[in-house]
Amino acid sequence: MGPRRFLIGFATLSALGLLWYGATSVTGLVSSGRFPSPIETYTAFQQIAWRGYAGGTLPAHALHSIRLVAMGFAVAVATGVPLGLLMGSSRKAEALINPVFLLIRPIPPLAWIPLAILWLGLGDAAKIMVIWFAAFVPAVINTFSGVRSIEHPVIEAARMLGTPPWRFVMEVVAPAASPMIFTGLRLSLQASWTTLVAAELVGALFGLGRVLNLAQQDIYPGMILVGMIAVALCGWMTTRFLAFGEARALAWRHFEAKPAR
Amino acid sequence: MDRRLSHSETIGLGALGLMSLIGLWAAISGFGLVPDQFLPTPIAVIGRFIDLFREPFAGFTLQQHLSSSLMRYLYGLLLAAVIGIPLGLAMGWFRTLDDVVTPIFEGLRFIAPIAWVPFAALWFGTGIGGPIMIIFAGAFPPCLINAYRGARFVEPRLIEAARMLGTGHRRMLMEILLPASLPSVMAGVRVAAGLGWQSLVGAELIVASAGVGFMMVQAQASVQTPTVMAGMIAIGITGLLIDVALRQGEGLLRHRLGAD
Repeated sequence: MGPRRFLIGFATLSALGLLWYGATSVTGLVSSGRFPSPIETYTAFQQIAWRGYAGGTLPAHALHSIRLVAMGFAVAVATGVPLGLLMGSSRKAEALINPVFLLIRPIPPLAWIPLAILWLGLGDAAKIMVIWFAAFVPAVINTFSGVRSIEHPVIEAARMLGTPPWRFVMEVVAPAASPMIFTGLRLSLQASWTTLVAAELVGALFGLGRVLNLAQQDIYPGMILVGMIAVALCGWMTTRFLAFGEARALAWRHFEAKPAR
Repeated sequence: MDRRLSHSETIGLGALGLMSLIGLWAAISGFGLVPDQFLPTPIAVIGRFIDLFREPFAGFTLQQHLSSSLMRYLYGLLLAAVIGIPLGLAMGWFRTLDDVVTPIFEGLRFIAPIAWVPFAALWFGTGIGGPIMIIFAGAFPPCLINAYRGARFVEPRLIEAARMLGTGHRRMLMEILLPASLPSVMAGVRVAAGLGWQSLVGAELIVASAGVGFMMVQAQASVQTPTVMAGMIAIGITGLLIDVALRQGEGLLRHRLGAD
């Protein structure tokens, strides 16, 4: 990012902030029942940060949501990546599982929410189940295509040296497929957040989605905005965390030419 | 990777996989291992799916719910394409516009489309406007990003040739950048269609007074599991049909332009 780009970006965001303040607070062009003024947003933030809203303070809600995403994501990774590795390395497994996958895949993860609530109620278990569904598919697909795009000489060399199956998968296939696996995990993480927010909006007892839901019912625009910002920040933080993990795990990648996106 | 399978082996194993999934479902539900409200039999779900076309649930029959869902979906997707694609192309051409819009866009992108639901309900109500805004929020980013990328990666020689011939801004956008970035734009529209469908389902579960998602939430509230699962089937089939239609359209367009 050059200095010109930074300056223009900074100027734009400042202008937007001024516009926000002007439209809501100075001229009253936008009524506070529709969009909150900066001061109202700050008041809402103070309320939820210190006194709490929807049954808890902001850090408590945020931690609850992050915990659910982390758990659903972890279950999806723990099941999706091995399944992708299996389907990638064995054509029999692929032939067996792929049709089932094709049957279930067109159903968007969010469409599982009512069923999850019927099965597991409004508590945490239903959220984890839906997040698992949402994050599972990208994890499997990307792992699978990662395995399939491994260069043949690598596989043949390992075969020729008589690598036993377990070591073949753990020491050849998984590392070679890991860049694609991480691409899948990034998509999985995004899907996890979307799904969690939707599930919490449909019905939840606690969490950031619950804050949004209650603020909507109370017609409390300041709190809605605070909730949205909190969701965005949490999503951003977990994405950074994953990128950090990727950089650590794939340190060797810096020595290779970066592929064009 | 082991040897390639013959055609009959692939089909046989695939059938085995599907049969065992459905068999497992039928066995668990059919032998009464779990109550019917928890998991109805496959036959009960299919029967319910067919019944829903005749007897209304939550005020409408299934095809009426589907058509109101599709209506909102088309409006939302169209709006996203009509705003996102020209803006993306223009951002790829005018550098100042790019510098101005990108920071706003990057900031907004971290907000999950579904998180707009409370404001959407507040601003546009729960009838048709609110869900359309959610679909728009889901479908807009891929439209914009792909048009932008397409315009940025146009063969420089094309742009230089057009420049040399004195092409103006408007014709540059319409006659050089748009055709050259069409493959990228079409791919973006397809991604947008998928994300938009996903957002529609989410929006209808939370704020709507008709539509398949609304039907499912109503069924969930009255513990009618077969209706919930029939709704999932309807959503799955419709999503699949949309994707197939867009692939066909993309192929046709490519063929027309002689890109193949």
